[in-house]
Amino acid sequence: MTLFRPLATALAIALSLTGGAAMAQNGPLRIEITEGVIEPLPFAVPAFSGGSKVANDITRLVAADLSGTGLFREIPSSAYISQVSSFDAPVAFNDWKAINAQALITGAVTTSGNQVTVKFRLFDVFAGQPLGDGLQFTGTADTWRRMAHKVADAVYSRITGEGPYFDSRVAFVAESGSKAARQKRLAIMDYDGANVQYLTDASALVLAPRFSPQGNQILFTSYASGFPRINVMNAANLQTRSLDQQPGTMTFAPRFSPNGRTVVFSLEQGGNSDLYTLDTQSGQRRQLTNSPSIETGPSFSPDGSQITFESDRSGTSQIYVMSANGGEARRISAGDGRYNTPVWSPRGDLIAFTKQSEGRFHIGVMRTDGSEERLLTSSFLDEGPTWAPNGRVLMFTRESAGADGAAALYSVDISGRNLKRVPTPGAASDPAWSPLLP
Amino acid sequence: MTFLPKALMLVAVLGLAACNNPNRFGAGGANAYGANGGAGGAGGYGAGGVGTSALGSASDPNSVAYFQQTLGDRILFAYDQSTVSDEGRQILQGQAQWLNAHPQYAVIVEGHADEKGTRDYNLALGARRASSAQDFLISQGVTPSRIRTVSYGKERPAETCSAESCYAQNRRAVTVLQSGAGS
Repeated sequence: MTLFRPLATALAIALSLTGGAAMAQNGPLRIEITEGVIEPLPFAVPAFSGGSKVANDITRLVAADLSGTGLFREIPSSAYISQVSSFDAPVAFNDWKAINAQALITGAVTTSGNQVTVKFRLFDVFAGQPLGDGLQFTGTADTWRRMAHKVADAVYSRITGEGPYFDSRVAFVAESGSKAARQKRLAIMDYDGANVQYLTDASALVLAPRFSPQGNQILFTSYASGFPRINVMNAANLQTRSLDQQPGTMTFAPRFSPNGRTVVFSLEQGGNSDLYTLDTQSGQRRQLTNSPSIETGPSFSPDGSQITFESDRSGTSQIYVMSANGGEARRISAGDGRYNTPVWSPRGDLIAFTKQSEGRFHIGVMRTDGSEERLLTSSFLDEGPTWAPNGRVLMFTRESAGADGAAALYSVDISGRNLKRVPTPGAASDPAWSPLLP
Repeated sequence: MTFLPKALMLVAVLGLAACNNPNRFGAGGANAYGANGGAGGAGGYGAGGVGTSALGSASDPNSVAYFQQTLGDRILFAYDQSTVSDEGRQILQGQAQWLNAHPQYAVIVEGHADEKGTRDYNLALGARRASSAQDFLISQGVTPSRIRTVSYGKERPAETCSAESCYAQNRRAVTVLQSGAGS
């Protein structure tokens, strides 16, 4: 089983299109997603030509990806005046203007044996021009969802100016059983909940998976030995090894450095948890903090130079930043309440966190100096944000109250908009968003 | 009493058919089984320990049941705290005396937290609680090598409601006997 089925030829050919290629930066078709309330941008995506089921499936998934962001609104095909007769036919811009489609996506899907090829173009209807070049993706039939995600990613990026994120996966913990004896399995799925695969059985409690920067390894905490220990799984063959075997200690909360060589984690000994790094090649371990308080939840800055973490050294858990080599840390969280699970944005600009205040839990973001704190959610129990590869969307665990309470995955924009449940086959927790797939 | 069937099921799973009075397993007994079952299910380390022990009767001072129910196998903590209370000290003193008289047993002290905290923090907090209990048992003469600790954080609540009455029971350190492993 492989976690990332590669596209046979990803992002293959830039079709030659005339003019208009520089629109992406300054064109009128643009969404600034950091703004407060916005009107979703109306778009039309007529069924990609080809007449096959996969052509229709890909078209619908492109539409679902875009609409799912809350930034785009699909104009139903019943409103169309014009039909797209063929991929290379001239676009009747006036017909699309008339129904206020600001963006038009056209595509063609051809199949040859097990190979599927998807071509698409994006048009700025009111400018009457293409927005960027057409692109073509080729892959085996079972990668059709990835090809659709890549089309949607290109459209999203050209219109928003943000990085793509639809072609990505999420590792998580699939939960079953009663609240007092939950069974937990490591699982992985596409960002939208499709293609769920289970990576472990329920024989050992597992917690909090984390991807390596290349997406080829997953760190997690397992009770397979009877005690919490950090493990690393090879994503290609699911082979797993324990990273730390020292008896009498407990290791947890692991996370990779940006170059994938170092793992930072908490090690508990004699009741006290401190932060350590482990060089996965040399096996060398290094202690970063030495304090009687709880130090956990470490996360590297994208340049690898700093680590943010939580500590209760002040009396309640708060968020700190220190050099990746350890040493003195500065507290950045300043508000009332308890702060946990800081996670550095892949863009480097923000730190997402869990905040507990007055009996409620929140997912929030702040700048890396602690300023401009914004709470994005509020519920009985929200925790553990993970960043989309583009640093614009967060996924987290939301658990409902009571004996029948259950965990589910939710996502929310960093603007606080578009809070929604991510579909999973059963209860789910501890999401970890992968890097963008290759 | 929703946990009673589960307690009975665990009894069956663990082969503890020697138990001759299922009615004895009220809240305290069921909790003890929940903790043991969770540990065994999670890691399986209990397979050679509790799983092969006869519980005996809670009135038999040499029995596991006596340790769990009469002496009390758990101490409770205040919210976000790991300091052993006066009541906790009394329970641990009883445990320590029993362990000193029964050197064939080793123990694992399980630390737990309520659900009102994040996963990693609660693991660390549970470890603190287990360590507090461990330190006290050692101070009462129990040989350190007989005691191991593990934290389950908020993963194995004893009670499942989302109210302080349950949270108070979940902020705990449970001393789990391991037969035949003493040293």
